[in-house]
Amino acid sequence: MTDMMVNEAAVKSRSLWQMAVIRLRRNRAAMLSIFALGFLGLCGIFGPMVAPHDYAEVYPAYVKVPASISAYPRAEEVVPEAESALRRARLDLELVEVNGETLTVIGTSERGVDARVTRYLDRSDLFTNARVVTLAEDGSRIEMQADVDRLYFLFGTDANGRDLFSRVLISLRVSLMIGLLAAGVALVIGVLYGATAGFLGGRIDNMMMRIVDVLYSLPFIFFVILLVVFFGRNVVLMFIAVGCVEWLDMARIVRGQTLSLRRREFVQAAEALGVGSGAILKRHIIPNTLGTVIIYMTLLIPKVILLESFLSFLGLGVQEPLTSLGVLISEGAKNMQNAPDMLIFPAVTLTVLLFALNFLGDGLRDALDPKDR
Amino acid sequence: MTQPVLEIDDIRVTFDTADGDVNAVRGVSMHVMPGETVAVVGESGSGKSQIMMAAMGLLAGNGAATGAVRYRGTDLLTLPARKLNDLRGAKITMIFQEPMTSLDPLYRIGEQLAEPLRVHGGLSVKAAMARALELLELVQIPNPEAKLRAYPHEMSGGQRQRVMIAMALANDPDLLIADEPTTALDVTIQAEILQLLADLQARLGMSILFITHDLTIVEAFADRVYVMRQGLLEEEGTAQAIFGNPQTDYTKMLLAAEPDGVKLPVAADAPVLLQGDDVRVTFGKAAGWFSKDTTLRAVDGISLSLRKGQTIGVVGESGSGKSTLGRALLQLLPAEGRVVYQGEQIGGLDRAGMRRYRDQLQMVFQDPYGSLSPRMTVGEIVAEGLSVHEPELSRAERDARVMQALDDVGLEPSFRNRFPHEFSGGQRQRVAIARAVILRPDVIVLDEPTSALDRSVQKQVIDLLRRIQVEYGLSYIFISHDLAVVRALSDYVMVMKEGVVVEEGPTAQIFGAPQMEYTRALMRAAFNLKSLLLEKAG
Repeated sequence: MTDMMVNEAAVKSRSLWQMAVIRLRRNRAAMLSIFALGFLGLCGIFGPMVAPHDYAEVYPAYVKVPASISAYPRAEEVVPEAESALRRARLDLELVEVNGETLTVIGTSERGVDARVTRYLDRSDLFTNARVVTLAEDGSRIEMQADVDRLYFLFGTDANGRDLFSRVLISLRVSLMIGLLAAGVALVIGVLYGATAGFLGGRIDNMMMRIVDVLYSLPFIFFVILLVVFFGRNVVLMFIAVGCVEWLDMARIVRGQTLSLRRREFVQAAEALGVGSGAILKRHIIPNTLGTVIIYMTLLIPKVILLESFLSFLGLGVQEPLTSLGVLISEGAKNMQNAPDMLIFPAVTLTVLLFALNFLGDGLRDALDPKDR
Repeated sequence: MTQPVLEIDDIRVTFDTADGDVNAVRGVSMHVMPGETVAVVGESGSGKSQIMMAAMGLLAGNGAATGAVRYRGTDLLTLPARKLNDLRGAKITMIFQEPMTSLDPLYRIGEQLAEPLRVHGGLSVKAAMARALELLELVQIPNPEAKLRAYPHEMSGGQRQRVMIAMALANDPDLLIADEPTTALDVTIQAEILQLLADLQARLGMSILFITHDLTIVEAFADRVYVMRQGLLEEEGTAQAIFGNPQTDYTKMLLAAEPDGVKLPVAADAPVLLQGDDVRVTFGKAAGWFSKDTTLRAVDGISLSLRKGQTIGVVGESGSGKSTLGRALLQLLPAEGRVVYQGEQIGGLDRAGMRRYRDQLQMVFQDPYGSLSPRMTVGEIVAEGLSVHEPELSRAERDARVMQALDDVGLEPSFRNRFPHEFSGGQRQRVAIARAVILRPDVIVLDEPTSALDRSVQKQVIDLLRRIQVEYGLSYIFISHDLAVVRALSDYVMVMKEGVVVEEGPTAQIFGAPQMEYTRALMRAAFNLKSLLLEKAG
């Protein structure tokens, strides 16, 4: 019943991969996910470079400000902020006025004004380039000007006054990197180990899979704490270690696939040709497990990202000022009441990321295993 | 005039694929009268199964059918799914080709038979079980009480097909659609199943719509025949008319596709290439402390000697150990006994030890869909053996050899950049043969190389095997359950049953005057199906 495809398909030569791509293209959710992932990936890679603020820069004047597409400070905030900044300068303020981007302050003092009084303005996050316009000879009157520093906080700021947008971008980078790293490590170890065990079979398979069982039984958090003790708080190393734990599932999946592939006639045919075990693994077994492996990968990445969030939540993961989506969400959760932006933006980002990965995984499964539908 | 049970009116089936619409069936009309046996014949890809799938609402998700399929006047295509369910499975039932996969491996036979009886028939558990037993008796399964408790994997293919028939008969159907029900079975089992179907039809009076590619069955079994080709009806008529006086070239070609010709025996002094002495293969474990004895003697002390240029046909039913024998001779399975290849003992050699003989001892497998790695191009597949045995070849030399090998088996050399899934079964089997002959072997073990192919394709493959045997002076061990093919290809025949050889001798002698009852039964089932069925019916 599949035979009727033959004469049509013979027109164009396509590998199974190419056919999978064609099927994937027809899956709208998966295609959308690919675009979303690509976009998030670009944001993670290039975002921190072009972001207006450094992710670690603290703006004490803007703690937990809400998200806005217009610039901070607000017009009505400038005058009070200037007044409070100059309070300690012991000036009697005659005039505090904002004109466009320029703040003009006229102040008097009976004890004489020092030109260094402009520093009080510079210290505030709101003003830069404070300068003296006129200073009376006796120092009783000073006219200062300063530029109002317009800052954009698209996602608002966090509890320390750091720009949330920049922090989401850097956390995206960290989370994606960790996901790929750990999943990559799991992929390499798991595929090689599982394929070897499944292919060799018999006693060796038994022994190799018992080792996997033993590793499975290790308490995971305990394992991570041990690693932190040994390696210190090195995020990259730790997630390589996480990958070293996550390969267990992969090894089992690949082993199962290998066991069934090994009985297929094309493997027997290769044996009858005298092809060695290594070459059979490389040419026949592993390429045929890749479909399943890729699907599992797309599901493993979100798993690792969530795991990282969990570890960071416990304080075992990424350390300040570097951040990850998990850290941002846990901080947001603490400030949910007074600064909901701090929760919403990282949470939405994580959700979009996980949705995209899962939809893509789903689409890939359909595309690579059309018979299973 | 009585009303037909099933009437198919200008049905068209279209599949929406990535390459655009594929028209599998392009306007076919047919009908089945009550109590009639109608056969739909065609090669794979002719759309014969898709008509029935469409009629039963079982088309794949991307398929669509237009036209009308009327069961006693009710159009099935427009019937809502719930109404259709009342009909299918009860009044119209289907049995499929693969008895291995159409039973759920997790449930016992009794449960699988009883469940629809309980759910649809409203029987109690006990009554359903009693009815299940009755059905198993009806389809003549030996020891039916024990089989009720058996799992599908504990039964043979023929028994499973009987269970499928029992399931189909559970609700006294009007029409049984049998989609290649015997293709996966041995000839003797096939004959038994066909006898059973004929017998059941006579007793229960149902109509049978029989889909097959095998004309021998049709001739013996059907009242009327529809011949299909590429989604169109090629010819229709009574079985006598079609077989006695075929009108179209295509039907004539199908009828002429029976393998013919004989192989002359080799000279008595031809050198012996491969000799097996008392070869034994045992599966399972002997009884241990905690386990029962599970040993199965798949091959039990077989000796053979293959001379240069000779073809030994090994025939037997499935489970007779013939494939195991082939693999044991090539040391692909652990086996006991002496196997000598050109004076050197190869029995018991490990993988590494066997490697230097592998290019001389080759194998072609049964399933051309399973024996080619789906992720490799045809060129890579054919060249694989070269990279092991002649690694010194340059890329260009290897490519030239691949093209030569493809040319030898009658494929375009340009096919080497394509993938196996783009080819038909026959073409794939050619690729598998090319993979074997590229190494210039002395001996090829052919494990049912033609049984998954259409008759007309089979004939081409047989011609090909014959041609390259002469060209390269090959010796074959030809394993098959298909006696017609064995007769055409071999000069010496071994008949196997349950791991032992029951009869052997030159082809003419075995086919002309079989001595053993078992051999005679095989012959009758293969060549005298009609008389066998008549005998049974009479």
